[in-house]
Amino acid sequence: MHKDNSKNASKNIKISVLVSVGEHPLSARPCRAEQDARALELGLMLAPENLQIVYAGTTSDSAATAVLKEYMGMGIDQVEVLDVPPKTDVTLPLLEKLKQDCPDVVLTGMRAENGESSGMLPYLLSEQLKMAMVPAISNILSIDKTAGFAEVLQALPRGQRRKVKVNLPFIASVDMAAAAPRQSAYGSAMRGHLKIDPVTQTMHDADQEQWQISPAQARPKRLKIVKAKTAADRFKAATAKVQGGSGKVIYDNKESAEAILKLLKDEKIL
Amino acid sequence: MSDIFRRDPRAEWIARNRLHPQHVPQEPLILRGPTGLLRKNPHKIGFIGPNGIKRIDRTGASHANQQGRRAAKQVEVELPLHQVDNPDFTILVAVDAVGGRLSSHDRDTLGLAHTLANKGDEKGAVVAVFFDDITEENLATAGIDSLIHFDDKRYKSYNPEQRCADLCELVTVLRPKHILLPDSINGGADLGRRLAATMHIRPACSVWKVTGDHLICRGGAGKTDITRPLSKLLLVMEECSEPVSDTRHQNMPLSVDINAQCQLKIQDLGNISVDPNEINLAEAGFILSGGNGIVDWPKFHLAAKALGATEGASRVAVDDGFMPRERQVGATGTWVTAKVYIAVGISGAIQHMQGIAQCDKVVAINSDDSCDMVKRADLSAIGDSSEILDELLNLIQDNKGLTEQEKTEAKYA
Repeated sequence: MHKDNSKNASKNIKISVLVSVGEHPLSARPCRAEQDARALELGLMLAPENLQIVYAGTTSDSAATAVLKEYMGMGIDQVEVLDVPPKTDVTLPLLEKLKQDCPDVVLTGMRAENGESSGMLPYLLSEQLKMAMVPAISNILSIDKTAGFAEVLQALPRGQRRKVKVNLPFIASVDMAAAAPRQSAYGSAMRGHLKIDPVTQTMHDADQEQWQISPAQARPKRLKIVKAKTAADRFKAATAKVQGGSGKVIYDNKESAEAILKLLKDEKIL
Repeated sequence: MSDIFRRDPRAEWIARNRLHPQHVPQEPLILRGPTGLLRKNPHKIGFIGPNGIKRIDRTGASHANQQGRRAAKQVEVELPLHQVDNPDFTILVAVDAVGGRLSSHDRDTLGLAHTLANKGDEKGAVVAVFFDDITEENLATAGIDSLIHFDDKRYKSYNPEQRCADLCELVTVLRPKHILLPDSINGGADLGRRLAATMHIRPACSVWKVTGDHLICRGGAGKTDITRPLSKLLLVMEECSEPVSDTRHQNMPLSVDINAQCQLKIQDLGNISVDPNEINLAEAGFILSGGNGIVDWPKFHLAAKALGATEGASRVAVDDGFMPRERQVGATGTWVTAKVYIAVGISGAIQHMQGIAQCDKVVAINSDDSCDMVKRADLSAIGDSSEILDELLNLIQDNKGLTEQEKTEAKYA
């Protein structure tokens, strides 16, 4: 099912994948983040031997380590962990790490499934590292390290795709349109190990202390507001049914085919 | 105003009462003839009733009716013009304007900007930034006080870095109080986050409500609500506010000399053609859907291929095994949002109609002109579905031939 992309990428491409702990949409249990897992899948398809997986966050709770094992179950030997205490910004430690390693491509999800989930991390990293940032990619077509550019497919609304040429090194956030991640295998998950790096620089997120966080409440549905000036207009708005049968009805085959074609051209589909 | 006739009992009474000082006789029945004699024209009296019989109305009610009708007809009211001459501050809105038109998301964003501009005692102006062409017709009612238009060839393609650099410079020139962008997949979300990163501001993303000096935004991928103080840069969700509807605005073109230079690392190579059947049915823009009325399924698939449409099906077609289950449109299948939906041989069960409720244009091809789908459709073709598809295929082939001919003619001209 998965196309082999590894031959499109030239050798010695260094890819870093930033992963996070997700939350299952139904059971709310910690699990692989959907987009991060897709990013990892994309990385595994491109450069399985030169892949680096970085996780910035706390490892004090067992749930996080279990999730990291799930990632390792996709066929990875080790995950590098930047041990950042909770309620602390992960941007600075990640920045230090990426400055040291100098990867060619950094892949990550669009937004985290926990916390503020603003989706700012790849943008902040790209700004600090002076790397290009490509949002919402679905695939990487080719990476040419000697020429110094890569061709990337971006996912657009309505299932459309845009081809983009981007200079190396770059950061990309992976869209849900990318290939689905492979299953996590238990044996591989058990064999992998966590390489925990101590973190020197951290920044306490003071802004967040002012925030009140509550479970999401249902947003009110927008009502049709009637701005009628007269009683008759208000009455009409309250009682009038949507006029059906306003459409054109054509009985002749040839005429109808022409009318359909004209409609498609008017809507700019053909 | 409406055309509804309203009775005016007083006018009717005056018309009936010949002794009333305001009474005006219906028409001069008695005229002075050519010889100087007073003559009464009996043919002018009365009117022809609905049955074709002449009626003489001595109550004067018909006269009053006409007066009432004249009173009811009024000219369309023009909305008041909202003017901000010397704004105390500005609010910058960078709209998506896909294809030059404002989406409802853009209008909601502008509506929120308008409420933020008119919140306190100070009056603010809403400055909207457009990239690429503007084709929007109802620009006056969108709530834009001044308008900045980056009209250059390079904005026709995808160049987020250039747009971000331009916006950055614009912010340093205008010093807006707030910057608003729609948090949308059409570019607003990307541009807003780029801007936040370059300007080192912490944005509020997925904002859905602004109350006073606080805002509520979605966090945890939509699972939590975060109440936080109002920030400078807001990326707002759809329906965050009501769009402007009561006032007209000036749309004054604001000329600012901006030529931001930046290193472009991303180059747009254009959209690539996608197999329509690879597109998820829920987000497909053009769907050809088949139902129980189709006899010739290979022709249906051929037509879908020729039109470049994503294939859909009704429940019956799926149950009968002509189409896979994931192609089913309707309450139990997929709820589609296509711009154009062509239903071939689908009578329109209510479950199917629910599924296509969000479609813009619906075309029905059916042999029965009294079915529900024809009632819903904007265009209905009544006849044998395979014959109509045949005609359609012929027309497409002719069109293709024509365009190729034009191309070759242009080459040799």
